[in-house]
Amino acid sequence: MTLERPPAAPAPAPEEVATTDVPAASAPDAEAGDGELRVPARIGTRRRRPAVSLAVRTGVPVLLVAAWWYGTASGGIPPDVLTGPGAVLGALRELAETGQLTDYLLASGRRAALGVLAGAGAGLLLGVAAGLSALGEELIDPTMQMKRAVPFLALVPLFISWFGVGETFKIVLIAVATAAPMYAYTYLGVRGVDRKVVEAARGFGLRGARLALAVIVPSALPSILMALRISLSVSLTGLIAAEQIGASEGIGYLVTLAQQYYRNDYMVLCILIYALIGLVIDLVIRGVERLAMPWRGQVAAR
Amino acid sequence: MSDVAVRLAGVRKSFGPKTVLAGIDLEVRRGEFFALLGPSGTGKTTLLRLLAGLEVPDAGTVLAAPRRTTVYQEPRLVQARRVLANVTLGLPRSSRDAGRRALAEVGLAGHERAWPATLSGGEAQRVALARALVRDPQVLLLDEPFAALDALTRLQMQDLVAELCARHRPAVVLVTHDVDEALRLADRVAVLRGGTFADDREVGLPRPRDRDDPALADRRRALLSHLGVEPASALTPDPH
Repeated sequence: MTLERPPAAPAPAPEEVATTDVPAASAPDAEAGDGELRVPARIGTRRRRPAVSLAVRTGVPVLLVAAWWYGTASGGIPPDVLTGPGAVLGALRELAETGQLTDYLLASGRRAALGVLAGAGAGLLLGVAAGLSALGEELIDPTMQMKRAVPFLALVPLFISWFGVGETFKIVLIAVATAAPMYAYTYLGVRGVDRKVVEAARGFGLRGARLALAVIVPSALPSILMALRISLSVSLTGLIAAEQIGASEGIGYLVTLAQQYYRNDYMVLCILIYALIGLVIDLVIRGVERLAMPWRGQVAAR
Repeated sequence: MSDVAVRLAGVRKSFGPKTVLAGIDLEVRRGEFFALLGPSGTGKTTLLRLLAGLEVPDAGTVLAAPRRTTVYQEPRLVQARRVLANVTLGLPRSSRDAGRRALAEVGLAGHERAWPATLSGGEAQRVALARALVRDPQVLLLDEPFAALDALTRLQMQDLVAELCARHRPAVVLVTHDVDEALRLADRVAVLRGGTFADDREVGLPRPRDRDDPALADRRRALLSHLGVEPASALTPDPH
């Protein structure tokens, strides 16, 4: 038994395909001519040594700091444009000695944690619900997309009139700000889960919350952790907005202070603190990824 | 111009403590259809990946003619591109006609603008075959290309591959665990076991081959015993 094939469509003549079409596609080892055998060009990915990987990873930040240090020490960058590392470290020492640094970090950390917990938690639930069922998608998605388009900073005046300028206002603002990216990425991740696997799980009688917990959320975990990264960075923006008003401590408050007193060393210090928080967030999430997704990193394309 | 399309000499490959290839020597001539059998996990696919350039050997040399293409167990089509774009993936626009001809050769004329998700498993695998053929390979690497197909489609695909290989005459390395498939298609069948070839022989029977030919049954029994399956097993339907 053979498959039907129009007799008028002959095989492409070898030289026709070979000489006009193919060289661009199989370029690396085709140049020596067809007659010679070659060692196959390496197309697989290389395993990199951890030390090399670490050096490359740290290379760019280290270079940036070195350029900063050199630029300010040589006088190429005036101090009122960008203060040197020495002055910034001095400001850091000053803050640390008075105990303010710890207080500020703790106050901001508490607000961010509560806000992210509530906001990202809600975003996660809504994202899973919308990704999982057509009804959920119809109910939730249009509203969330509209909500996502509203800059959370536009909600500040309204929230102040509702909640005052106290802690509630700050936590609600961060919660609202972080719910949006969590929702969007979770939704995307849940939609991206292999539908055949979901079908199979449904066939084994898994429904609703059990299906979500056993199959959907673990499979969508890469997206969800990406969403957590973004939610955490958004919470830092939220902190600046929230701590500008009615706050006497917090890293957002520190930004306001630096601006009011025009202290370049504090301005740069704030940026450094944010950068370090970003680094810590990254390390923590990487750790969580390793724990929560042990199957990754063992994946070979075979 | 050498008569040999694939040459492996003293090839070793380990993954951690597990040695999967322990000194492999192999030559495949141009136009020869070579089938490699072996229980799963014995390094058949690793050997193919070495030829594709996806792995490098720990020791020994791997040489192959430069134009090689692979058909995998799954079609591995880019879902976001239409069938013809998948066939001519990475080729210049001028190869679109060659792509159409390749699709016609695998019996999929008229499906150029279909999306991969709308194809059946057998159709998708035929697209993968067209994608390999349009590159006019000197070496065609087949990694259990029929394993995921239903029995009927598998027979059709085997006939199609046999016919296309007879016409285009690439050197073929077929990795499979199906003894009948190997005997149906190949000029030469080898068994990989414990990192080396336990058997490597020409089939030496005319085509098309009758499954019930006693000579073929003898070969099947011999190969199965190399694979650790006892001759009395139900896999050989002997009407005693």
